Amino acid sequence: MTSALAEGYTATMNRHATLSLKVNGDEREVAFAPHKTLLEVLREDLALTGTKHGCELGECGACAVLVDGRPVLSCLMLALECEGADVRTIEGMQEGAQLHPLQAAFADLGAAQCGYCTPAMLLTAKALLDDKPSATRDEIRASLSGVLCRCTGYLQIFDAVERAARILAARDREDHV
Amino acid sequence: MSDNPDKKVDEFNLVGKARRRVDARAKVTGQARFADDLVLPRMLHCKLLRSRLPHAKIKSVTTDKARAAAGVRLILTGYDTPVPYGILPVSHDEHPLCTDKVRFVGDPIAAVIADSEEEATAALDLIHVDLEPLTTISDAEEALRIPEPRIHDYGDEGNLHKKVAFDFGDVDEALRNSERVFEDVFFYEGNTHLAIEQHATLAAIDDAAGPDGRLTVWSSTQTPHYLHRALAKALELDPARVRVVAIANGGGFGGKSDPFNHEIVVAKAALMLGRPVKICLTREEVFYCHRGRHPVLMKLRTGVSLDGKIKGMELQTLLDGGAYGSYGVASTFYTGALQTVTYKVPRYRFQGCRAFTNKPPCGPKRGHGTPQPRFGLEVQLDKIATALKLDPADLRLQQLVEPRSLTANYMSVETIGLGECIRRVVDGSGFRARRSGGKLPTPGDIAPVRGLGLACSSYLSGAGLPIYWNDLPQSGVQLQLDRSGRVTAFCGATEIGQGSDDVLALCVAEILGIEIADIKVLTGDTDLTPVDLGSYSSRVTLMMGNAAIEAATRARDLVAKAVSDKMGVPVEKLRFAERRVTFIDDPARVMSWQDAVILAEAKHGTLGTTGSYKPPRSAAKYKGGGVGPTPTYSYSAAVVEVEVDPVTGWYDVIKVWIGHDIGRALNPPLTEGQVIGSVYMGLGEALMEESTFRRLPPKLSGALVHKFPSMLEYKSPSTMEMPPVEVFLVEDPDSRGPFGAKEVGQGPLLPMMPAIANAIFDAVGVRVDEVPITAEKIARALDAATKGRPARVGPTKFPAVAWPEALKIAPPWEGGDGTASNDRPKKERMARPGEVPIGDAPIIRPEVRR
Repeated sequence: MTSALAEGYTATMNRHATLSLKVNGDEREVAFAPHKTLLEVLREDLALTGTKHGCELGECGACAVLVDGRPVLSCLMLALECEGADVRTIEGMQEGAQLHPLQAAFADLGAAQCGYCTPAMLLTAKALLDDKPSATRDEIRASLSGVLCRCTGYLQIFDAVERAARILAARDREDHV
Repeated sequence: MSDNPDKKVDEFNLVGKARRRVDARAKVTGQARFADDLVLPRMLHCKLLRSRLPHAKIKSVTTDKARAAAGVRLILTGYDTPVPYGILPVSHDEHPLCTDKVRFVGDPIAAVIADSEEEATAALDLIHVDLEPLTTISDAEEALRIPEPRIHDYGDEGNLHKKVAFDFGDVDEALRNSERVFEDVFFYEGNTHLAIEQHATLAAIDDAAGPDGRLTVWSSTQTPHYLHRALAKALELDPARVRVVAIANGGGFGGKSDPFNHEIVVAKAALMLGRPVKICLTREEVFYCHRGRHPVLMKLRTGVSLDGKIKGMELQTLLDGGAYGSYGVASTFYTGALQTVTYKVPRYRFQGCRAFTNKPPCGPKRGHGTPQPRFGLEVQLDKIATALKLDPADLRLQQLVEPRSLTANYMSVETIGLGECIRRVVDGSGFRARRSGGKLPTPGDIAPVRGLGLACSSYLSGAGLPIYWNDLPQSGVQLQLDRSGRVTAFCGATEIGQGSDDVLALCVAEILGIEIADIKVLTGDTDLTPVDLGSYSSRVTLMMGNAAIEAATRARDLVAKAVSDKMGVPVEKLRFAERRVTFIDDPARVMSWQDAVILAEAKHGTLGTTGSYKPPRSAAKYKGGGVGPTPTYSYSAAVVEVEVDPVTGWYDVIKVWIGHDIGRALNPPLTEGQVIGSVYMGLGEALMEESTFRRLPPKLSGALVHKFPSMLEYKSPSTMEMPPVEVFLVEDPDSRGPFGAKEVGQGPLLPMMPAIANAIFDAVGVRVDEVPITAEKIARALDAATKGRPARVGPTKFPAVAWPEALKIAPPWEGGDGTASNDRPKKERMARPGEVPIGDAPIIRPEVRR
């Protein structure tokens, strides 16, 4: 890159775009350099560092968040694509101080070791259970296949998702009594 | 040292009970902070310019244009940080930025520090580097053939970094007297850790007293103490004015246990600019940091009697070390050290050689140097069982090393639960009844075939010696008791996901009879915590655990003394449990833990205790005997079932049964998690993972480059490849472990690769004497069989190496005392003259800074 190009590049980067979106239930307005991905805006401009990155190329899955309820790789989505979207990150998973049943099950069953892929695993599992409350192990396996974990060997993650599904189903039954 | 290892689980307060780990909440809420999550006011960003040539002289580095670019605050080149460093004192051969040479594609040459990561990245393109290419050494066999140009001007000779040779007894005689001698050559390809978190470091100067403030470095490191030393050395700082904080690691597996150039560079930049400087590596750069599994070529000759008993063994290993020393000298010894600790080997010869090559440096990955020879040994035993028509399990069971015994190379075995591990996995899997027998498929057969394979292994519960020679504790724990009843445990140990913080809290809470929630752990901070050498060699549970028990026992004694005075009862009649101190003979006389602490503070003053741990002395007194000893070995056995397509060689792993001799499971879901995680990582190595290299086309420089420095192409198992795993924890408490516990984080990885190779043979009768064991290799072996050639894929020969004269050490049962009979300086034992002494790389200080 020549220095003139580099200067032009920098100038472009410094012009900010603005965006309105819902993050973890709150309406937010955010200004950022327009080339930024959703991952970068979440981590750098909204200080939501619970969303992780492992490659920033869409390979590892660690940056998954929910956009309008569906898991997306935030490193592959431009923030500009999220105007008006409903984005949920790991910071929005708890119910007050109470852990979501998925979080509690991950904590109890050894499904989080280093914890780095955990936010992506939890959100992806949440999207699955929101959609299919009684997902089978094969469905769990398939739905989490885009998130790599190097610590656990996945099995305790499957166990935790199954336990959370049972707890959520029981809670659902109580709600309908 | 350990507190009643013979206790039953239900006699403990917390040990052995499934429990949420102390850091679980932070991890499931996304609140755990990793290095790249840290942001400080006025923070700058750093990017590194990396070499595009694998081996070249640096003629000049021109940085004027980059200096003038927007947002750029500082450019550093090699001469700004000229002092070499390295993890091992014998190989300080790295510079934070290359000074005179680059040694692999990815070696850093310059650093740009700018207001934003984008500006730093853009300025990299404005730096001009004039390189004069040198001959590339692309693998270990080339290094043997091509002594010049040397990649380093130290090492045993030419491009050979290290050569070692040992004879434990007269091995030639043992092989001559064996009824059968089996000779095999194996190759184990390199692979990498692939922690999901990319390495990141933040350095800042605080306003502490003194002229220059103090340097703090937060980093994703497994070894804050060693990083502390490296920073002080490389930047010529008073170590008392350097603080290293090992922040939560997003996975380590050995890949974050060297001090890294990027850590030193941002520290230097922060010192020069007086502002915080952060770097986060890209995934591609993580592949260049590497320090992963060494590619190893092995030749193994084993003499046995007709009933399969080993009479003598000879092992030669050739390691492709990559461009720097790293842990390589230790890795070289490790390729030989643990071959003797599972089965009785009456006489043993080991020769190892590590070569420098122009590739990312290899180092310690989970199992450090031992999975490669373990693969060879366990596959060869399977071949011996087949040839002698013996059951592979019985072959092993009949010659297990005795508990509390010394091996031929003076490794000291304490408890050994390997027999029980073998019995559990053999029974659990139906191994004896369900094997297919290793028959080649009949031509025309297209139905998938199942096969079962068995393999075993062993690993250290912590390296017996520290990385640098010293007589100090390897782990220290300090406790502070607060009037609230809270106990804070300080320890330099590093949480990398394996659960070491949980072990620390558990050991303290168990001894004091309080809850995990009463404990605050503070770890991995060189300002605040006593030294622990770091999270490597599976050392933390045993060493930190014992130190924690000692500190907690001293704290309990202080509290007990105060309570005993108050109640007028003897201290030994007090029971600490359920957050209470109770008089055993009259449980109505009881005091809350908090009241007891207050009483103790009133009696003794402010309450604090320390504990420390140093491993027992090793019986291996010969030079090189420092690698391999440990307080106690863990053992594992695995049976793997595969289903192989006899046409394509494609296979699925159907199920894994694994037994692990853990001594005592401190928190069973975590222990099992370590076993399953090890199984997973072993499966990845067996099935698909490999760090391989290619030459760019001549018009693109022809350089030797990493074939796929990306997670998409460097394949690792996803959820879809992970089979069910049945875990058998064998608990035979070891008196040297905390509450009897041994290691679990590495050992269970080791049997996976050979168990799969043996299962493939059982299914379709072909031998893949290489790792990874890919479908393509199985298909090639099947194809060879149909053409009347041996049904095998793997290396066929081991190159000639001019081995040094072996150190001769008589085994314990032949009157040896652990010393060598011919111990004289290695220089005199080298096969060739002209070596340069091992040591520091030169400090290059130009008269005029560029």
